[in-house]
Formats: sequence, structure tokens, C-alpha cells
Amino acid sequence: MEITSQSIGELHELLVTKRISAVELAQTMLQRIKHIDPEVQAFLQVTEDVALGRAAQVDEKIARGEEIGALEGIPMALKDNLCTEGIRTTCSSKMLENFVPPYSATAVEKLKSAGAILLGKLNMDEFAMGSSTENSGFFATHNPWDLERVPGGSSGGSAAAVAAEEAVYTLGSDTGGSIRQPSSFCGVVGLKPTYGAVSRYGLIAYASSLDQIGPITKTVEDNARVLREIVGHDHRDSTSVPFEIPNYAEFLNKDIKGLRIGVPKEYFAKGLDEGVKTVLHEALATLEGLGAIVEECSLPHTEYAMPAYYLIATAEASSNLARYDGVRYGYRAENTEDVLSLFKKTRSEAFGSEVKARIMLGTYALSAGYYDAYYLKAQKVRTLIQNDFNQAFDRFDVLLSPTAPTTAFKIGEKSGDPLTMYLSDVCTVPINLAGIPSLSLPAGFVDGMPVGMQLMGRPFAEGTLYRVAHAFEQNTDFHTRKPSLIKGGAR
Amino acid sequence: MKISRQQVEHVAMLARLELSEEEVAGYTVQLNSILDYAAMLDQLNTDDIKPTAYAVPLHNIVREDQVKPSFAREKVLANAPVAEDGFFKVPRIV
Repeated sequence: MEITSQSIGELHELLVTKRISAVELAQTMLQRIKHIDPEVQAFLQVTEDVALGRAAQVDEKIARGEEIGALEGIPMALKDNLCTEGIRTTCSSKMLENFVPPYSATAVEKLKSAGAILLGKLNMDEFAMGSSTENSGFFATHNPWDLERVPGGSSGGSAAAVAAEEAVYTLGSDTGGSIRQPSSFCGVVGLKPTYGAVSRYGLIAYASSLDQIGPITKTVEDNARVLREIVGHDHRDSTSVPFEIPNYAEFLNKDIKGLRIGVPKEYFAKGLDEGVKTVLHEALATLEGLGAIVEECSLPHTEYAMPAYYLIATAEASSNLARYDGVRYGYRAENTEDVLSLFKKTRSEAFGSEVKARIMLGTYALSAGYYDAYYLKAQKVRTLIQNDFNQAFDRFDVLLSPTAPTTAFKIGEKSGDPLTMYLSDVCTVPINLAGIPSLSLPAGFVDGMPVGMQLMGRPFAEGTLYRVAHAFEQNTDFHTRKPSLIKGGAR
Repeated sequence: MKISRQQVEHVAMLARLELSEEEVAGYTVQLNSILDYAAMLDQLNTDDIKPTAYAVPLHNIVREDQVKPSFAREKVLANAPVAEDGFFKVPRIV
């Protein structure tokens, strides 16, 4: 099998048995990026020197006969809203086009300590606001399965890079589906951890009560390996939750006999593509065949999640993005006569259209006279949505739905109509409001495009999601199929 | 219409955004369509429901008030668009 197709475990084995060096592995991945990324355009920046330098250190360690960790020497890439010390971090915005962070995000620091090899920074919707990566301030990323289609968003670069085998794994961030929806569109495995499981320190904020960092990988096992390295309490994030970190690998290779799977009927309602629905029903039959107990259930407030999400997320965004004023870092407008015009010109020139729209909506929702009607109301509805999930988890171990109502759409197809674009996150948004963990994994194909199924679990029950996902994966072959773009060996 | 052109201009001022005529017109349409959509929340009676700000209940996260090293001034100023004599520089305020 080709090197770029291998899992983290397989590559680790090749490294420790010295069948490949870490430098050779990094070079292979860099070569792949050079050949394929002009078409996919997942990368904003390739950090070749950093990758080769770190890989050489890993090789020295192996040469000295020292043991290496599970992720040591394994090449990966990061969504460009994760701060990397000394390495430009743009959030795909003109606002941060030349921003070089003075520190790294905690998750990035943890991966670095684990010996990860950074290949580069990945494209995204500007400030993580979007569902297609078309809102990038620089260029659009293309879906490796069909270059005329979007990879999803906002972590579109992160999902496309894994699908095109340009990185062994990537990190993304998920505020309303931004890891899971692109993972579904690109046929890879993406996890949004429980809110508070992974430190948000150094993640450039969009909506602080919803944002989480998570891994995107080719397989469920890889995902569990990466998650284990990035979770944990961090005093630098006051919303980080202290909890005992499980060995997620122990949840793999377990049967799912008697496990109770709830299927919320609201997620199979109008707007769901017929092909996607068929794939999901086949997936449910597979899980039943493996001994799971599948039953329909109801999350009655589902339809209210999307409007509540847009009010809460934009309100938080309007506050978080107030920091971009042209004074301490980032873009600054020229020829301004006073401080007010400095702020206004800087922000107007450097923010893209969707970012401005969301700042406007959020500012309005928080403004005098409207706070109770919009922001407070949305927070109360958030409670109702959380209650729906709590009640469902009294009866079920996991819930299952489509990750997105359709497969990847065409580039340009929805960019003129923000509300239609928002609806591609209709299955993922409620989960962020509830703060629970959720994983998308390949469940089948419609007209050659991947379909993801979404598993939802109780807070901090990522292990249970992995158990179900791994059982499904081991009994299907969807995760082994590749886009024709990368078939047939090295290009 | 839930939000008028004048209100859009006012919100832009609050958000420190300078919008062109076309942008004001465009955002007036866009914000109205989203607010119309959000109006479905009014169907729900939430009088006795407590708001949720964070999904995980965390309260009063405090730490000891200890002096710890912070970033060096040069490191912080390295990203400043304009700095002078160890300070961020802005246009005249008063």
C-alpha cells in the first residue's frame, strides 16, 4: 500500500522498524502536497523547513534506540485558526494576513510535545464563518472527490487534506458543524469533542460557548489516537473541564450487542436528500445486524436550534471580533485622521462580507432594546434543546442521524443565499448548543459522493462514539474507498 | 420589516463598520431575512425557562493571584502595525 494511505498505527510501525525514516515520510507527504494541492487548494501555507527539521529530530531519537510515541514523526496539518508560535496564522482573513502568533494553542503545543510533524496550515472560511470554505479571504478549496464541489466548511481545508492524503491527520474546529459537515462531504472521520474537553487556548475565537477543537482522520482508530493527545484540563482556558482522560483505544474492537441507538425523527424530516436517507437506513440496518437496538425517538425542539444558534453565535462573534481594531496586531487602514476612523476603516477594509454580516446580526441581537427578544430568548431555547438531549440519553447510549442533509454541493451553488447555506448545518448545530460530543464517519455514497453519519453521545462519552463507529467501520468498506484524484499511485 | 435601513446604519456604527450604500442596502435585506427566520422562536413559551450561557455548568473559576512571567514587550509589539518607543501608536485622540 502507498505510504500516504497508511494509518497512524501502520506508519508508527514502519518508523520503529526503520523501514522508513521520519524525514522520508515527511518528504513523501510534502511531495504529495506539491503534486495534488494545486488542484485541491487545501493549504494556505506549507511549512517544509519546520516539517523536515522536526522529522530529523525524530530520526535521531530512533537512531539512539529511544522509544517514540504514537504520534511521533507522523505528519499532520492544522486549520489556520490554531495559533502556531512563529508561524503565520491568518484565520483565512485579510485582517490577520501577516499575523505571527507569539505563542501556540494548547492543542498545538500538546501535539508538538508528542512529536507531531507540522506540514502546514489549512484553508477555512474566514474566522470559521461558513459551510463551504468559499468564504476564505484568499481562495476556495476543492472537494477531492469532485473538484467542482465544495469540501464543506468551515474546516474544509482540514477535511480535504485528509481525503486527498496530503496529511495523515488534521485538526479542525467546530462551532456549528465545522468539523463534522466537511468530514461528511469529504468521506473522512471527524470528531467534535464535548465542550470543555479540549482547551480553546490559542484557538482564534468565533463563538466561545460553542467552539471546540477536534481531529479529522482517515479511520476511527486514528481519531481516537489523536484525541487522546489533545484533551485535558488547561488553566489557561477557564471553560476547560477537569476530567479523567480515558484510553480511547480501549473502546475499539468491542461489540455493540444490546447497545441502544436512538434515531431522532426530526433529523429525517423535510430537506433530507432521498439518497442520503437511503444510505442512513442501510447503515442502521448494518448496526442492527451487529446487535444494536435501534429505535426511533424525538428531539422536539430541533427546528428551533438553527435560529437560536445564529443569534448566540453571532452575538458572541460580535464581541470576540471587537478586538480587531488595527492597534495591537493585524491589518491597519492607512490615512485615518482619528481613532474612530482608524477602527471603522480597518474593520471595513479587512473583514469579508459574511464576517461583517454576522458581526452586524450579533451586534443587533445584543443592542439595547433587543437583547431580551433575541439573545436571551435564544439562550432559553438553548436550555430546551439541551433538555431534549438529556431526556433522550436517559433511554439511549447514542443517537444517530445524517451529518448533513445532502452530499457536497457545487462551488458557487449556495454562495448567493446565506440562509440556504446555513441550512447545510441543520443536523450539526443542535449538538454545539447542547455541548455534547459528536462524530461523523463515512456511511456510504450517493452518485459517487461520500455521505456521513453522525453519532451523538453523552458528555465526555467520546469512547462510546468510537466503539459504535469502529464496529461500523470494521464491517463496511466505505473508509477504504478513495477519490479518483489520488488513485493509481503517486502522481 | 424588522430592521430598517436607519437601524442598519446605527448597528454598523455600534460595530465600528463603515458600510457603502450598497452594503447597507444588502445587509438590510439579509438581516431582515434572518430575523424573519429567527421569529419562529416566538412560538415557544420560555417564561419559566432559565437561559443557558454555557453547556457545561462552570462557575467562578478562580486562581491564586500570583505574579507570573508574561510575554516580553518586543514579542508583543512584533505584530503591531505601528509601534514607537515601546508603545502601540494610534492617531491623536485628544
